[in-house]
Amino acid sequence: MTTLSRREWLLSDQPQSRRQARLGQVYRTWLSFRSNWLAMVGLGIVLLLILVAVFANVIAPYDPVVGGDLRTERFLPPLSQGHLFGTDDLARDIFSRIVHGSRLTLMVVVLVAVIATPIGLLVGTTSGYFGGWVDTVLMRVTDIFLAFPRLILALAFVAALGPGIENAIIAIAITSWPPYARLARAETLTIRDSDYINAARLQGASSARILWGHVTPLCLSSVIIRVTLDMAGIILTAAGLGFLGLGAQPPQPEWGAMIASGRRFLIDQWWVATVPGVAIFVVSLGFNLLGDGLRDVLDPKARK
Amino acid sequence: MGQVMLSVEALGVTFRRGGDTVRAVRGVSFDVGRGESFGIVGESGSGKSTVLRAICGLAPTTAGAIRLGGQVLETPRPADFYRRVQMVFQDPYASLHPRHTVDKVLSEPLAIHGFPDREARIERALADVGLGPDFRFRYPHQLSGGQRQRVAVARALILEPEVLLLDEPTSALDASIQAEVLNLLDRLRAERGLTYLMVSHDLAVVAHMCERLVVMQHGAAVEELTRAALASHRAETDYTRMLLAASAGYTPATT
Repeated sequence: MTTLSRREWLLSDQPQSRRQARLGQVYRTWLSFRSNWLAMVGLGIVLLLILVAVFANVIAPYDPVVGGDLRTERFLPPLSQGHLFGTDDLARDIFSRIVHGSRLTLMVVVLVAVIATPIGLLVGTTSGYFGGWVDTVLMRVTDIFLAFPRLILALAFVAALGPGIENAIIAIAITSWPPYARLARAETLTIRDSDYINAARLQGASSARILWGHVTPLCLSSVIIRVTLDMAGIILTAAGLGFLGLGAQPPQPEWGAMIASGRRFLIDQWWVATVPGVAIFVVSLGFNLLGDGLRDVLDPKARK
Repeated sequence: MGQVMLSVEALGVTFRRGGDTVRAVRGVSFDVGRGESFGIVGESGSGKSTVLRAICGLAPTTAGAIRLGGQVLETPRPADFYRRVQMVFQDPYASLHPRHTVDKVLSEPLAIHGFPDREARIERALADVGLGPDFRFRYPHQLSGGQRQRVAVARALILEPEVLLLDEPTSALDASIQAEVLNLLDRLRAERGLTYLMVSHDLAVVAHMCERLVVMQHGAAVEELTRAALASHRAETDYTRMLLAASAGYTPATT
């Protein structure tokens, strides 16, 4: 055992324990992911977003909410002394606001993923597996949610619940699960009559066990890919709600709201709206690249 | 034939989808004795696999009755049924979950039925089918076709069933592996006194494995005959004779 390098241990065709088998599988996936440099760029951007969000207090040189001297420090252009991205109309450092805004963006992304993915998976696998009237009822409900334009339904929700980032997140989550349900259902339909599911039935496995242990793992990868690719859209929707004044409320440094407030000075002080716009663009691009890379690695149909 | 283990009486299976009805099995009857190996032979689409699926509850029984040890099986099958009857599927590439290790495949049925000392049972099951402990934590894609089918046999046997339903267990394997798996099945039956019900389109395989067999065509039983009758080509119906001739292999036209 000691003569084996760590790499050989991971890639062994004869794993000796559950842990080795699982780690080997993860390592293999990582190896094929690593060979795709665009995906690595995406992963880098996403990791950077997470790091910036976690260490926002350390990274940001100024307070994101309280501005400087309104007489001398308003609308400083980018690369001025001490203000990398310049300052806005209230003399706040834009770099610090972007850094703190990453927390809001990350919160939106994580919460939507955590709320919408399980709902979509549960509804989709259940309706695909049982079929019949269960399928009909669940899919019609899904259709109803799909029929609403996403931003409009989110608008209605926020209007009903009151503006704020939390309500925006709930609204986005509620409108984003139906595609995952559809996807999970389609995947479930292709595997529910396969021999390995029949074999599980013949062992006396309950429906819940089959759904959770056999069906969900196979749907998971395509749903994860879809969620990652949707992240860009979710960030844009959150920014859009912020832009319309229904998402994050001032003085929260939400990127969409920052664009909205910078819009008024776009001609003369272009950087106030442009910098958060570039931030949204880069993060969306990062999630798209990551999603594409994950699809190449995880989707069994796209392999080879 | 001693005590009857599994009895199928005037079994009918009808599939309905929309306005279409397909009568896949129409009135098939046979008895399988305890410890016996019984074969069902027929061409593709003759309903032979459907009979197996009806027995284990994967296909609906629309007419007739199936008895296990004299008791009529109700639908859905009781949990106890799965401990007594297990099935090995045709295609070992489709019957193992692609994301489950051999260990997971074998431990799941034990967990479902609450067996004690699972570790020892898994190791013994692997040894029984001729796979070493090296195979325990592999994924299906790290196994060959024959190894996969051995895992499938181990999965079926780990619950210690009395009856094993074999749905063309070797048709997806190449010839040398076929013999290996058939010998393994033969040995396990001798060791454990299992009852086999085996479906195949290959008369040679059935002749090797089974003491008695029934020939099916278009969802109905055509003829029941013994291994001896099969070996001496004493078939009563034209269809069986045709099958026998076909299994003798390619005969060049003599013109």
